[in-house]
Amino acid sequence: MSSRDSILAAVLKNQPPLTDLPDISGFKVPEEDVVEKYKNTFSGIGGLVYSAKNIEAIKNHIRENFDTGKRIVSTLPALSDVAEICSTSVEPQSFEDVELSIIESRLAVAENGAVWLTEEVMGHRIIPYISQHLAVVVYESKIVSTMHEAYAKIADEAYGFGGFIGGPSKTADIEQALVLGAHGPLSMTVYLIK
Amino acid sequence: MKGTQDHATLAEVFNRDEDRVDWHDGALWWIRQKRDRSANLTPQWEELREAASAIKSNVISNLHDYLLQFEDNLKKNGVKVYWAADAEEHNQIVYKILSDKNINQMVKSKSMLTEECHLNEYLADRGIDVINSDLGEYIQQIDNEPPSHIVLPCIHKKKEEIGELFHEHLGTEKGLSDPTLLTRVARNHLRNVFMTRRAALTGVNFAVAETGEYVVCTNEGNADMGAHLCEVQIASMGLEKIIPERKHLGVFLRLLARSAIGQPITIYSSHFRKPRPGQEMHLILVDKGRSELLARPDFRDSLKCIKCGSCMNTCPVYRKSGGLSYHNTISGPIGAILAPNLDMKKHADLPFASTLCGSCSNVCPVKIPIHEQLYKWRQVIVKEGYSASRKTFSMKAMALTLSSPEIYNTAGKTGRWILNHAPFAINNKFNPWYKQRDMPDSPEQSFGEWYSKNVKKS
Ligand code: SF4
Repeated sequence: MSSRDSILAAVLKNQPPLTDLPDISGFKVPEEDVVEKYKNTFSGIGGLVYSAKNIEAIKNHIRENFDTGKRIVSTLPALSDVAEICSTSVEPQSFEDVELSIIESRLAVAENGAVWLTEEVMGHRIIPYISQHLAVVVYESKIVSTMHEAYAKIADEAYGFGGFIGGPSKTADIEQALVLGAHGPLSMTVYLIK
Repeated sequence: MKGTQDHATLAEVFNRDEDRVDWHDGALWWIRQKRDRSANLTPQWEELREAASAIKSNVISNLHDYLLQFEDNLKKNGVKVYWAADAEEHNQIVYKILSDKNINQMVKSKSMLTEECHLNEYLADRGIDVINSDLGEYIQQIDNEPPSHIVLPCIHKKKEEIGELFHEHLGTEKGLSDPTLLTRVARNHLRNVFMTRRAALTGVNFAVAETGEYVVCTNEGNADMGAHLCEVQIASMGLEKIIPERKHLGVFLRLLARSAIGQPITIYSSHFRKPRPGQEMHLILVDKGRSELLARPDFRDSLKCIKCGSCMNTCPVYRKSGGLSYHNTISGPIGAILAPNLDMKKHADLPFASTLCGSCSNVCPVKIPIHEQLYKWRQVIVKEGYSASRKTFSMKAMALTLSSPEIYNTAGKTGRWILNHAPFAINNKFNPWYKQRDMPDSPEQSFGEWYSKNVKKS
């Protein structure tokens, strides 16, 4: 018998009688201002959040706060005068020198500050992880309260890869001292647009 | 060899350096307090734990079908699926995947399963070099030590010691001990590793039967750096990581990081479903004692564990004895209930490395009755004649009383009454947990008492 078959047989033999799945539709948070909540949560975990009037304001902020002499990539055509629109067909290693990447998220979560990104909005799976700095554009109307609502939105989306990103990469492995910028971005900025 | 000594002996060694013990104790207690703050800020926290536990009960009761469904979806998504009965078979599979591609270097993100399988050693013997990319695991690897904590692998090390290791292995300046600078050095070094490795292996936090996707959680971003840069991606998971539906991730992701380190979510929660064009994705389902554990009604709930580590952070014995004294990859209370299932003789001492205070069960996000299982393992171990002689004497009396189901049941829901009225129930200034919020009032055997009973009298 193959390991597969013997494992499955043992599992079938040993598993206890079937129990029901719980109803998880009852997880609600009290009425709240999700935008305010999002801002507080995200800055609380070391993220930077700016309310931007429009795309123009975002461009100005990028010019003032990032090293535009270095490589900046984006998947947003509207940002093409501050960023190179990234190609999806190149090797992931080619993004090693990216200083800043700017992408759009269509779902953000107030309770933990995370944004949901699928490979389609990332341009390339590696981009939000390999860049020295990450910026994400979020329309305020896309913010939900909790992860339950987030998964209700994601529902049966058929992505090949998707991820929640909830701040700059971090570690506290050395004596519990918090260090931002472990292997991923050193900073994460969220631009909120009304 | 450390591996041949029992927990009490190793704890004694750890306890020789009092300052370090106090520091270790304090660091973990601080994390426990962060967990409390985070839990208290989350509405319906207890209901969430209840739901998580019930979902996992359902998983355990329907694992066979979920595994088939998961396998089927993986295949549809273009992922190659393997089944491994034990560590040896798991390691062989990884070796075959790599050698078929002529790959002799791999980068790995945190995976307790592959630690347990001693994958790195297995591959090293066959000429394949593996680098652990989680910073804490990397530090443990260059020091030739196993992780001492499942979430914080080098929590027992001082920054000066880490500086010394970096000096030796990475050529940093002698005496460098600033955590930010050390982290930057590792970041630069490991970037090169990520850029040049053709293969990357990750662990799995949750595997969704409904969609065939698996979720990997990190704060550092190392799993993603490895996975998205490599051409051969491998994931190793224990059978119990299955959850039924995608929406259940909402429950678990809300609980995991809050329980682990008091953070609202891990920075990265990555959902892998299909390989990217030109990439291969392999997933290995590992049994390694799990199907056997399913057959033990008293202990099967330990398969619900989501490896948050909070039972370790809160455990007075763990905090005061250090993870390495458990001589098992998974240490602390959860390690002490998982290890005897695999090798009762070798791990006979671990269920005794506890005061049975119940703090672990109180924080566990999936509500595993950890301290009750510890107590039940003691009975099994004593009955099977595996307990070390010096402990058998003192433990036998207790086990005898406690092994009577009538006494156990009439003595209150969890048998705490007996423990509370046992002669060793003494509280003193060393008792590190009477200040806890989520603790039951009893029992109150102090660590000092536990220590002198289990260690000093040896
Ligand atoms: S047993 Fe519970 S508290 Fe301990 S690591 Fe597992 S899930 Fe966390």
